[in-house]
Amino acid sequence: MRDFWNRYKRNRSAVFGLVVILLVILMAATADWLYAFDPFRLAGKPLSSPGTNGFLLGSDSLGRDVAAGIVHGAKTSLLIGLVATLVAVFIGILFGALAGYYGGQIDNILMRVTEIFQTIPSFIFAILLVAILKPSIYSVVIAISVVSWPGVARLVRGEFLSLKNREFVQACHTLGMSDLRIMLREILPNCLSPIIVIGSLMIATAILIESGLSFLGLGDPNIMSWGFQIGAGRTMLRSAWWVCTFPGVAILITVLAINLVGEGLNDALNPRLRERN
Amino acid sequence: MTRSSKIFKFVLKRLLQGIPIILAIVVINFFLLNLADGDAVDVLAGEAGSATPEYMAELRAKFGLDQPLPVQLMVYLKNVVMLDLGYSFRHDMPVSELIVDRFWPTALLMVSTILLAVGFGILLGLLAAMRLNTWKDAVITVFALITYATPLFWVGLMMIVVFSLNLGWFPTSGMENVAAFYEGWDRVKDIAVHLVLPTITLSLFYLALYTRMMRASMLEQYGQDYVITARAKGLTERRITFVHVLRNALLPVVTMAGVQVGALIGGSVIVESVFAWPGLGMLAFESLFARDLNLLLGIFLLSSALVIVVNLIVDIIYSLLDPRIEVS
Repeated sequence: MRDFWNRYKRNRSAVFGLVVILLVILMAATADWLYAFDPFRLAGKPLSSPGTNGFLLGSDSLGRDVAAGIVHGAKTSLLIGLVATLVAVFIGILFGALAGYYGGQIDNILMRVTEIFQTIPSFIFAILLVAILKPSIYSVVIAISVVSWPGVARLVRGEFLSLKNREFVQACHTLGMSDLRIMLREILPNCLSPIIVIGSLMIATAILIESGLSFLGLGDPNIMSWGFQIGAGRTMLRSAWWVCTFPGVAILITVLAINLVGEGLNDALNPRLRERN
Repeated sequence: MTRSSKIFKFVLKRLLQGIPIILAIVVINFFLLNLADGDAVDVLAGEAGSATPEYMAELRAKFGLDQPLPVQLMVYLKNVVMLDLGYSFRHDMPVSELIVDRFWPTALLMVSTILLAVGFGILLGLLAAMRLNTWKDAVITVFALITYATPLFWVGLMMIVVFSLNLGWFPTSGMENVAAFYEGWDRVKDIAVHLVLPTITLSLFYLALYTRMMRASMLEQYGQDYVITARAKGLTERRITFVHVLRNALLPVVTMAGVQVGALIGGSVIVESVFAWPGLGMLAFESLFARDLNLLLGIFLLSSALVIVVNLIVDIIYSLLDPRIEVS
């Protein structure tokens, strides 16, 4: 662990990303305390510019506080990004592990399915899923994970393929271990680092997809999110630029920080890769 | 066997491979349609304002909606094969006609985006690789990092704020100034001016992507043995870069251009709805609000088919660019 941290902190931009993401998490965790009211409620004079009428970042056309929306929206973005990624990683491991471990016909069928999901234009598919399942936080999570898992499946399959014939796995077979146990306890732990790296980058993508969906009006109507704020403010672009601008900055900073952390994890977990470059 | 007949066979084989994928997508489409609340008859009844249960049952029988699911699936498959994608009750037009109408603006936007992104991406990546570890390289890397993290719709809105509302250089939305009744070259110019902001917005992400790939690809090629040979022969660095390395470095970039088409279509939904560009993406956005599921599914099907076709074309270009790759 200490060793890992030493390698991680050599990448200074990754440390910076980590600090930023911790701040965003802190902001999300203290949202109910920082702005202890519903971010949808009318908080004051509509279309106040930043710094006036007690609004730090201004208010929108319905008098909603933009800053409160950003703070509460952080919860939504992080939560959806994290949960959708976990679900996608789970599906991806399931497909990839079975395909890589058993090979043959199972591999063939599972990879065909993966290929279909990779061909489908993912954002349109996500829109379609949310539209059909009705916009809610659950349908958004389902849609994002359904379009995100194929990458993980391919990665895990490759790892399983290369590991399944190694001596330690053959030794497990000789010991009479069950397939399930070999897959979960022996092979999977050995391919965790690339999964962690791809997972961390997927959180960033998931946040971007979520913001796109809620921008189009497909977010959960009862939950504040950055994409929704931008979507609601776009008609007022001429008179109130701040309504769209600041939530976008929040998305940019968060996603950038997660990407930096992901690259840092990649460098720290795969030191050989780093040296090759 | 001659090379051209080999390529022909290759194309045929790849076309056949695409068919099961399309079929699978059609089946997914069918089940999604069934997953949704209400069927076409509910929509019709809703449109009409009122309908008796008997009349609705009669309509269901007429459309075959009272049949078991497998039978309905076969009917649906047959319709899709005949290019009948159903009827859009909102627009009062067959879905296929609507889609064809709106296809060209999207095609225009996508072609200009790909040209801009691939062209400048190759240029910037080349520059970054040739000026490795200088400030130019650093600027290009930071630009790519930021672009990766920026939501497309936000870039579009910020472009509108800066270039349309404040500077007044470009129009905020639409594809042409319909009220001006331009003809000939004036119309082309008008459309081109409208095209600038949507193209830049949509291409930024891919520009960053291709830049990074081109840079990595160039660096990888520089490490190859043939570069050492070329140097030993006494070729100038300029000649090594532009004649030997560049050609080889282009290959992976071309492949990626094909892989990204699916994402590009998704991006065009967002960009078109930001700039009110009257293409397929805008149509998808409108159909969301009208709850016009048939239309949305049709667009989805067409864009999936488009991805398959573009990937095929990229494969062919790829095999033409690199004679080492066997078309088998």
